[in-house]
Amino acid sequence: MQVQSEVDVEVQCYHCGQPCQDLVWKDDKPFCCAGCQAVFEILSANNLCAYYDYEQNPGVQVTRPVDESVYAYLNQPSICQKLVTFSSENFSRVEFYVPAIHCISCIWLLENLKRLNSGMLRSEVNFPRKRVIVDFDPRNITLARVASLMASVGYAPVITLDDRQDKTKDTRSFSADKKLITKLAIAGFCFGNVMLFSFPEYLGLEGEESLRGVFSWLNVLLSIPVLLYSSTDYLRSAWQSFKQRQINIDVPIAVGLIALFGRSFWEIASGFGPGYFDSFTGLVFFLLIGRWFQSKTYQSLAFDRDFKSYFPLAVQKREGDSWNPVIIYELAKGDEVKIRNMEIVPADSTLLTGEGFMDYSFVTGESRPVRVVGGSHVYAGGRLIGQPVTLRVEKETSQSHLTSLWNNAIFKKPNESRYKKILDMAAQRFTWIVLGISVITAAYWYVADPSQVWLIVTAVLMVACPCALALTAPFTYGNMLRQFGRHGLYLKNADVIERMAKIDSLVFDKTGTITHGRRPQISFVGDLSGDEMAAIKQVCGFSTHPYSTRIHEALKQQRIVDVNDFKETPSKGIAATVNGDEYLIGSAEFAGAVSYQDVATAKVYVSVNGELRGYFQIKTAVRENLKPMINRWKGFIALLSGDNAADSGRMSNLFEAKAKLLFNQNPHDKLDYVANLQQSGHTVMMLGDGLNDSGALKQADVGIAVTDDTGVFTPSCDGIMQGEKLGYLDRYLALAKSATTIVKSAFILSFLYNAVAISVAVSGHLTPLIAAVLMPLSSISVVVFTTLSVNFVAIRTLKK
Amino acid sequence: MKIIVLLILISVSIAAIFLAIFYWSMKNGQYDDTYTPSVRMLFDPSKPSDEQEPSESGQK
Repeated sequence: MQVQSEVDVEVQCYHCGQPCQDLVWKDDKPFCCAGCQAVFEILSANNLCAYYDYEQNPGVQVTRPVDESVYAYLNQPSICQKLVTFSSENFSRVEFYVPAIHCISCIWLLENLKRLNSGMLRSEVNFPRKRVIVDFDPRNITLARVASLMASVGYAPVITLDDRQDKTKDTRSFSADKKLITKLAIAGFCFGNVMLFSFPEYLGLEGEESLRGVFSWLNVLLSIPVLLYSSTDYLRSAWQSFKQRQINIDVPIAVGLIALFGRSFWEIASGFGPGYFDSFTGLVFFLLIGRWFQSKTYQSLAFDRDFKSYFPLAVQKREGDSWNPVIIYELAKGDEVKIRNMEIVPADSTLLTGEGFMDYSFVTGESRPVRVVGGSHVYAGGRLIGQPVTLRVEKETSQSHLTSLWNNAIFKKPNESRYKKILDMAAQRFTWIVLGISVITAAYWYVADPSQVWLIVTAVLMVACPCALALTAPFTYGNMLRQFGRHGLYLKNADVIERMAKIDSLVFDKTGTITHGRRPQISFVGDLSGDEMAAIKQVCGFSTHPYSTRIHEALKQQRIVDVNDFKETPSKGIAATVNGDEYLIGSAEFAGAVSYQDVATAKVYVSVNGELRGYFQIKTAVRENLKPMINRWKGFIALLSGDNAADSGRMSNLFEAKAKLLFNQNPHDKLDYVANLQQSGHTVMMLGDGLNDSGALKQADVGIAVTDDTGVFTPSCDGIMQGEKLGYLDRYLALAKSATTIVKSAFILSFLYNAVAISVAVSGHLTPLIAAVLMPLSSISVVVFTTLSVNFVAIRTLKK
Repeated sequence: MKIIVLLILISVSIAAIFLAIFYWSMKNGQYDDTYTPSVRMLFDPSKPSDEQEPSESGQK
């Protein structure tokens, strides 16, 4: 008996690796469900079983059968045209986002799609971005068929309203990245060669004068592209901030660069000396390395999504007697649209025919689906659970209750410019000091030896170029960014860390952030046999009530049973006869139990043949480790829930007295709350997960989206955090604080170098050789210092 | 000494050629995806025996 149960536990689905409780066997291989088996059959029929060789259990559980009509709208020429990147009579190319891509087998299968259908010509996976480029022959296969074919093997492409613009957006960010690398490459190339030509100078070799001249002029030649191309970002940024009468870090850098280049050019042109071109090119090279190091991006994550990537691209609209797909932008007031199970309502509308449940959990934070009947008002963003319904559009998509949030001014202005960087503040002080020193030095030498003034002032400006200073922040924050990424917090860019260090208030969303909103815990209290469980699973599968679907998904027992006399009474329960036994599943009264009020958990009662057997408890669980984190947190803390106050008992237990708990908050309320908090002097971090949090996430000083699966939609934010890491939030914030401390200590280090270099320059002893040694020495020691200390602090803080 | 000038010219122009090649490869998207090609080259060309018995051990 014991052996039996152990075997039961260990059998994994051959396709998806999920443990199977009731097996389906096919070709001596176990499968957890009919969906996985179906995928295996498709693959084995098409000679694609190597899929299972590259990784073990590589598949994705296919829970719902693929309905080809879901993709039918892709055949509409106007829609097809917007998606395909290239199209001719016998060749089309389309790029799909496929979140299910996760392993080597995925790449193999998706690149062998042509073996499933002869109309597929070629497919290429971009693994880091989870995208597939598919070339197909439109004479043999339609775009809709391509999409449903991919869905049938478990790789359903996700097509949203955003896909139309995606192409341009991606190429732009890519080219910025590429430009930086090109600049870096050119600076590196010139730096290396300039050093080579400066070698005789370093060693003090005496040689032919003419050869020296050749070397010097080659250095000039090599430095020109560095000045005119590689360093343009610094020069431009310095000029811009100069025009606005502000000083940022690029101002002293640009001054130093120009002083270096001008002085060196003058030295060579006048035959005075060899110039400082090695320092000049090296400086630009190191600065660009810092910039490149800091620009780490997570390609598979998107931080700037708005509602467009949540909404579907098209919807079925009534035109006369037929239903045709239209792009949802083209919907106007009064149009009739049809929505099917699990589809998203594209615009605020009134329900015309049919009835079902609306899941607003992502839009309002309300965790329990709302029942809608004819005449009900439904809001854009809700997800239908139930039979197809028809709706009449009341407002255009962009004017809907939810999407109007994006009309708020906070979404118009760029986020970053609101914050003054610690580096720029240091640069301001630094620039004034350097300017003061230059003036004093000039005055002194004007008295002592007027012929030296110009030489010594340029020398001061040259060595005062805060290269090491400029490298502190990129390397500290760049390293920190990687440390956070390793521990499940993916930040949009390194500047976020600086803002995280100042956070004194935490604001949480409830559903999906504090709780596993979309993955409720279901437990059965009572006594049921395996056969009865299987019967309940089957019966619940016929119902579209959200609780039924959840019970159906939670139960693993799978047996084929005969269900007769199925009858669903709305808002009461379901009755059915299975193998001669009469089942009643539903509310307490319906199943014949005594009801008592307990709003925190939903209960579904079960009776068999008139005998009450127990109930299912459906509970949205609070994430682990949250309570100790909240206890450790000393600052202000608040909870903003779009949900009703039913959960307030559990939440106040979790948050204790110090927290502020607010319920029934709409998206605008949340934004205003965060803004008010900021006005009263707090620096706020918002943690949320849904579209309803978008405004608050944007308004907050740092907005973090919490998610259990980085593949699904996350609203626009500064960072994405894995749900299970939420209990360590205070440690992350502490780590961000130590990053600031490290930056400040590195500032001191680089100021010391500058002080030494400036004192050499002021006294008139600066030679190209000293400059060539000091400059890389200071930069490299700052890089080493910050890298080591960040890793040390990160290990100490996060490994506790 | 003239030979040094010639050698320098050769060395710098070779380096410049490599720089140009790097630029070209970058423009052509060689660095767009640095992971997938490393996996793709390990895939076996399709075997006719695939359909009979995919071996458990395989590549991994």
